[in-house]
Amino acid sequence: MSVNLTLLTAMGALYACGIYLILERSLTRVLLGLMLLANATNLLLLATGGYAGLAPMYSKDTAAGEYNDPLPQALILTSIVISFAVTAFMLGIIYRAWVLAREDEIQDDAEDRRVAKTPSFDLEDDSVIPVETSEFPLTMIGSDGQSVSDVPDGAEATVNVAGRTLDAEAAASEEQPGSLKVTPPKEGGGQ
Amino acid sequence: MNIASFAPLAVLLPILGAALTFLLIRHSRAQRTVSIALLSVTLLLECWLLASVWNGGTAAVNIGGWLPPWGIVMVVDQFSSLMLVVSSSVSLAVLIYATGQGMADGDRDAPVSIFHPTYLILVAGVSNAFLSGDLFNLYVGFEILLTASYVLMTLGGTGPRIRAGVTYVVVSVVSSVLFLIAIAMIYGATGTINMADLAIKLADLDQGTQNLLHVMLLVAFGIKAAIFPLSFWLPDSYPTAPAPVTAVFAGLLTKVGVYAIVRTETLLFPGDTFNTPLMVAALLTLIVGILGALAQSDIKRLLSFTLVSHIGYMVFGLAMSSVAGLGAAVFYVAHHITIQTSLFLVTGLIERRGGSSSMDRVAGLAKLSPMLAVLFFVPAMNLAGIPPFSGFLGKVGLLQAGVQLGTPLAYALVIGGVLTSLLTLLAIARVWNRAFWRKPEDAEHPDPVLLAAPEDAATGDRAGKTNVTLLPRTMVGSTLGLVIFGVGLTIFAGPLFKVADQSAVDMLDRTAYIQAVLGEDAPVPAIARPEPRVVSK
Repeated sequence: MSVNLTLLTAMGALYACGIYLILERSLTRVLLGLMLLANATNLLLLATGGYAGLAPMYSKDTAAGEYNDPLPQALILTSIVISFAVTAFMLGIIYRAWVLAREDEIQDDAEDRRVAKTPSFDLEDDSVIPVETSEFPLTMIGSDGQSVSDVPDGAEATVNVAGRTLDAEAAASEEQPGSLKVTPPKEGGGQ
Repeated sequence: MNIASFAPLAVLLPILGAALTFLLIRHSRAQRTVSIALLSVTLLLECWLLASVWNGGTAAVNIGGWLPPWGIVMVVDQFSSLMLVVSSSVSLAVLIYATGQGMADGDRDAPVSIFHPTYLILVAGVSNAFLSGDLFNLYVGFEILLTASYVLMTLGGTGPRIRAGVTYVVVSVVSSVLFLIAIAMIYGATGTINMADLAIKLADLDQGTQNLLHVMLLVAFGIKAAIFPLSFWLPDSYPTAPAPVTAVFAGLLTKVGVYAIVRTETLLFPGDTFNTPLMVAALLTLIVGILGALAQSDIKRLLSFTLVSHIGYMVFGLAMSSVAGLGAAVFYVAHHITIQTSLFLVTGLIERRGGSSSMDRVAGLAKLSPMLAVLFFVPAMNLAGIPPFSGFLGKVGLLQAGVQLGTPLAYALVIGGVLTSLLTLLAIARVWNRAFWRKPEDAEHPDPVLLAAPEDAATGDRAGKTNVTLLPRTMVGSTLGLVIFGVGLTIFAGPLFKVADQSAVDMLDRTAYIQAVLGEDAPVPAIARPEPRVVSK
């Protein structure tokens, strides 16, 4: 019994090229790689059927053990038909992808990219909810739990903002964008 | 009379249906009638098969009169017939849903005439894979269902579907090539591909060869079943397909992979050589899958991730190779096929009613359509494993088996399983809060459909705007039917668990399977398996 070295070497080469090609991003190359892999597997199946020098098929005067095992050949036929169908379908898909996107490359999943970019901060779940300490809150100024209503009766409601002491109501209106009460500093804004 | 002689009909009838519907391609009404009728007959036949093996027993039939181990055999036992009945019930519900969708939309968006033949071929492939008692026939079954699924996945040929389809096709073809290589190597090493014959002959090989063949099969099936390191293709490709197609893929295709792994682990390579790696893979699948689900904002993608995650439970069950574990895994497979499919069908309805399946866009559905809310809530709680549903029962079975096994890894999996169950609840509760409970105004980008309050909200019609029915009766009806089937699994969980446990006993024993295929006098090799450690009280 001898091993058919040519067949095995060809199989190895086909597998190597096939694996190299399916790692490409170009669809046509991926398809070629898949075809090579399928054919390499057919050779592997053929190699299980028997060794070189056996009769290819059974006839009446062939002794048992002197002819090739027919089952792997049947398996190869089936596998060829299947890979034919898959190849035809892949060609259809590649053509369609070309028609649609004018591109022969595997494209990224847009939704996947979007989810990956989404910050882990979720506006609804993770926002800091202002702590309310009073039963009858007036205006909420900040989210730090301090509110105007904390101020005792008669005292001027003031807030410390950036080193200045401001009237609470003025500060509240200053927080709103476009407030007229905010006068821009003279040196600012490149004027 | 050998009941298995009728088993090939489970494959032949859908293929016959595919041929007929292909001839009737221009007559959509006749096409619908033929495909639904033939699938119903198939389901009845499979129910009969299940009823006749309900109390145990395995039957085999030789196709074309070729004697095993040379010819092709089909084997009917409790596990395969249970899978057949569940898968056909689910396929029938999805088929009715899809025809409802096609009728409501007037067959404009998708070439539905191609849908029926392809869908029936998919069903035939699934049945063939479940019944096959021969590795190469299993490969052919896989290829039939995969080729049909390629067509269904890219139905309509739109940009996103083609993009997703390419990934799906390439990954599937690679896994098929791996499977074929494994078959060639197994044939080269043993000279047979009959599974019963292999069960006897593989044991004679030396351990290294056995491990190599075992790993190749596990990797090939692991890709199909989407087990953790091999699962990245699934959430990428499933969500873009049409709703009924995603539903049937989610229910059936990964479970065929799980079925093949169960057969590999019990029949071909019994013993516990790869139990530890499988358990680690199960744990990672559970945790990584569910963490992925939490990050998603699209309901379909979220459900795809929970699908991946829950495959981990089944792998956990079968990796214990104890009767309790395997039985619970069998039950869990039946439960998960039904529940995951009904959730995807409901998501299809959400997409129709709310205009989108993104959680940033849909809101307030509980008020708009209370029926839809109920349809979502029941299977969702079932998936998360809230008592008394079947998801809870299956998980309890698995956790009990894990504690019974008592190894540190089993305990880690028990903890991981509970954690996954809770995180599933979190993910599902998020969908519920956002899509159903909050007001439409609170959504980040509310769909215009939701803000325009329709006059006749009861029927779900957008009066005067479009003539498309938002919630056609056929679609809601088939979804409701499947949800009720899922609740039925809960109600009949007792007998079902009994059958699952019995099938686990038979599968671990192997005698019934081997003798049904090869005859009464076939030698059944003993399995060197340590008894499960009994935990002292």
